[in-house]
Amino acid sequence: MAILTQDPGSPAAPPSIARAVRRALGSGPVLLATCVMALMVVMAVAAPLVATHDPLAIDPTARLRGMSADHWLGTDALGRDVWSRVVYGARTSLVVGLVVAGLAILLGLIIGVIAGYFRLADAIIMRVMDGIMAIPSIVLAVGLVSIAGASMMTVIVAIVVPEFPRVVRLVRGVILNLRTEPYVEAAISLGTPLHRLLIRHMIPNTMAPLIVQGSFILASAILTEAALSFLGIGLPPEIPSWGNIMAEGRRFFQMLPGLIFWPGVFLALTVLAVNLIGDALRDALDPKMARRP
Amino acid sequence: MLRYVLQRIVATIPVMGVVAVLVFVLLRLSTGDPAVIMAGDAASEAQLEAIRRHMGLDQPIVVQFFIWLGQVATGDFGTSLHYGMPVTQIIGGRVGPSLSLALLTIALSIAVAVPLGALAAWAHGSILDRLVMSFSVLGFSTPIFVTGYVFVFLLAVKAGWFPIQGYRPLANGVGPWLTALVLPTVSLSTIYIALIARITRSSILEVMGEDFIRTARSKGVAEVQVFMRHALRNAAVPITTIIGIGAAFMISGVVVTESVFNIPGLGRLVVEAVLARDYPLIQALILLFSFVYILINLIVDLLYTVFDPRIRY
Repeated sequence: MAILTQDPGSPAAPPSIARAVRRALGSGPVLLATCVMALMVVMAVAAPLVATHDPLAIDPTARLRGMSADHWLGTDALGRDVWSRVVYGARTSLVVGLVVAGLAILLGLIIGVIAGYFRLADAIIMRVMDGIMAIPSIVLAVGLVSIAGASMMTVIVAIVVPEFPRVVRLVRGVILNLRTEPYVEAAISLGTPLHRLLIRHMIPNTMAPLIVQGSFILASAILTEAALSFLGIGLPPEIPSWGNIMAEGRRFFQMLPGLIFWPGVFLALTVLAVNLIGDALRDALDPKMARRP
Repeated sequence: MLRYVLQRIVATIPVMGVVAVLVFVLLRLSTGDPAVIMAGDAASEAQLEAIRRHMGLDQPIVVQFFIWLGQVATGDFGTSLHYGMPVTQIIGGRVGPSLSLALLTIALSIAVAVPLGALAAWAHGSILDRLVMSFSVLGFSTPIFVTGYVFVFLLAVKAGWFPIQGYRPLANGVGPWLTALVLPTVSLSTIYIALIARITRSSILEVMGEDFIRTARSKGVAEVQVFMRHALRNAAVPITTIIGIGAAFMISGVVVTESVFNIPGLGRLVVEAVLARDYPLIQALILLFSFVYILINLIVDLLYTVFDPRIRY
């Protein structure tokens, strides 16, 4: 009987992802973080309803105003409503974050499986990944942006490139470990076709660490986009993004600190929430980490 | 030991090689024909041809790569398109501020984070521990340009204790240099302190569960001694690792911090170079930052053996 009982702590028996996620989201701070994220998502999806003004509408008669009943967070140097711009900024940040995380995971999964399964490709792929990882991410992103000029697509690619090698490394590690598992050896000796072996037996085991990694990429991508836009080399200035609002607010910072603080608060809250949820997911999905104090 | 050092140094060569290839490809993708850029708009086709031949652009791409690599290896990064000066000269003039900022940040971070993390581990589970950990998560999630402006607003604009932005070279005296760097250093350190404090806490907690700690306690070693000599010392290796990994954050952080505080260092230079599409300069800076990052990680690797004599490869 004891043999049949699965040990929940062993890597061979990963806990049900859905159950682990439910358990992870139960604790106080994480619950709060989930609520913050839910609010941000609502804001991003329903931006036209949540915003009080057109985020691009210029009003020369109401430039650089403080907070008021009409302009909740004041107006910027062109008289645009800061609250509405911050609301649309949530949309920009989440879109960039989610697309980057999705692309990085997809790319990393494909290349990681190739590296982990085919020995010949492994050496070359991993050397290239080491090389990419040796270039600090903002510096690499800045270099990539300089090639193609500022656009949404450029920024997304420029953030995916520094992020995906970590996914490759993760997936490759999991696949290498799995190759020596008895059930994989059994499947191979039964003549399981390669695609079935990968899809049914190997890739599902990468899902839990990928979800965790994905949440950290999401946070990092939102931060990097904001940093690039803040430096004036990210998204084109006409797209309302938290980084862009802050970049434009820099000159008027001493007069109207809100131009920097409000988008900054939303940015920090979002990243904090994503990081907290990511930490909780890691503790829930990775039994090895959870056992640590 | 010497053998290990040599092995580690040799191991960085392929990584540097891949970085060089990537940067070379990046430059070729971006500029199209470098001869056109060198010659300017008014050049005739014959002049272009002469420049191409001079720069080796009529050679196969692989040959071009090795010509370029040879130039880079001898310190020739070409001439800046924007400044019209040798790239090495421009970079040389910008190293001081960045180095000052980076070294002060590392010093401050270690001086604050290690005791903070140790304190949290010591008082494991208490309110103090929770406070340190909350600060750690918060510090790690708040971008430098947000923390930076909060500090500027409170301590420079409102209190007037520090200059709002700018940089004073060390040559003008230690006082002004340090005063100008206080806010940038504190802002940049926040992320680093958060990272190191967190690792220090968890490494010490892990070590405290080891058998040799129980042995030390059971033979009557004072608790302070156990903590300082046995726990903290064994936590040095993971702490050093995170300082190496954190070097990437540090380099990215320097780029942003220098822009916030208007410090004329290498980070601001990267942004200026991109805005001016100064490709020789961009290329040299990417290579330089990668080289520094690889170097820091090499030093960290070598430090392991100093902190933990058990590690012998």
